[in-house]
Amino acid sequence: MAKIVLNTIINGENREFLADERDSLLEALRERLGLMGAKEGCNNGNCGACAVIMDGRLVNSCCVMAAEIEGAELNTIEGLADADSLHPLQEAFLENAALQCGICTPGFLMASKALLDENPDPSEEEIRWWLAGNLCRCTGYDKIIRAVQDSAQRINSSS
Amino acid sequence: MQSLTYRRATSIGEAVSLLQNGGDTARVLAGGTDLIVQARERKRDVSLLVDVKHIPELIGISYSSDIGLVIGAATPLYQVYGNKDIKEYYPSIVEASSVIGGTAIQGRASLGGNLCNSSPAGDSLTAMMAINAIAHIAGPQGERDIPVEDFFTGPGRNVLEAGEFVVNIHIAPHQSGTGEAWQRFIPRNEMDIAVVNCGTYLALENGSVTNARVALGAVAATPIMVPAISEILIGQALNDEIIDMAADAASEAATPIEDMRGSVKQRKHLAGVLTKRTLAIAAERAQS
Repeated sequence: MAKIVLNTIINGENREFLADERDSLLEALRERLGLMGAKEGCNNGNCGACAVIMDGRLVNSCCVMAAEIEGAELNTIEGLADADSLHPLQEAFLENAALQCGICTPGFLMASKALLDENPDPSEEEIRWWLAGNLCRCTGYDKIIRAVQDSAQRINSSS
Repeated sequence: MQSLTYRRATSIGEAVSLLQNGGDTARVLAGGTDLIVQARERKRDVSLLVDVKHIPELIGISYSSDIGLVIGAATPLYQVYGNKDIKEYYPSIVEASSVIGGTAIQGRASLGGNLCNSSPAGDSLTAMMAINAIAHIAGPQGERDIPVEDFFTGPGRNVLEAGEFVVNIHIAPHQSGTGEAWQRFIPRNEMDIAVVNCGTYLALENGSVTNARVALGAVAATPIMVPAISEILIGQALNDEIIDMAADAASEAATPIEDMRGSVKQRKHLAGVLTKRTLAIAAERAQS
């Protein structure tokens, strides 16, 4: 299979790596780079478990070819917390019990981060619409929505 | 995933020659939200992906009152519905493009992709048809224009010849006294494929209709225009009786299949309901 060399910035770090030309971005992250945070749920763009941020926009990494990230900048769940502490979204998800099995959580966290980056004080309705492309089969959505609201408050009151 | 090659084109000419040399299984990659899934699930044979997002003409939006609106075919939907001119002058484009998929899909999916995927239920298609959008196409024989209403030839099929692709979508400048609207019916609030969708355009002068265009999706093998509605409405003042006639004509024109999303009877009924509702909104917008 044809191999290609890709150069990208992942979570602020320059990465050069070898991928298969037919890899999706999700496959490249998990199988070439060992970044296992993005999950394969549906593998067809419906569930959002594989969501990452590419050049500032939320994308489903199963619907991006790895070759497309040449020269791009990516943010994945692995870069959300810093060395010492969790991101306020992660804290709020834990404290609000916004996860059970956790498969959907990396996607929800990245989607929520993309939302708060664009809209630091979203209404409940705005959160629900923004997260409509992320599916959770355990908790229902109310706790997730509350966690995002809680996190927005924490971020806004600390800045 | 099937074995394939990826190439990034940076000019229209480069994309044309890559596609031409790639043969039948070369495909244009815009947002990839349909194509990558189809290639993975082997619904389409793909040997070459030509990424057109780095061609300047395919990304971006411009509007002027003499030329109108030009949308690069690969411009992601969030830029389309977030554009201030589109918000002001083309509300039906906002209505359709903001309900295609969720946030992560809208970060990548494009009007050109929706057009070329040519699904009978594609949400932006009926919005573009009603306002008479024109697809500007490049290919080995040069460039040509084709109205979106003449673009589709069957489910997943269209008029594009080998080596051709859509460069941009052009819509005439907004005129006062005109209004447009788009709606779809789905059984949930978001993230679904239309049971029926409907785009409507109306031009009014002194209370009477001078132009009317209604397009319906998911009711036939391709999205369809309903010329019978134009015939009923043009020259008339809008009232309940005439709008009911237009709705009946929409139900009549719908020749849907029955599938998991809806029955024939439901789809024919919805074609009428959505025609009625979008006509009312378009009329209100035309008068405001």
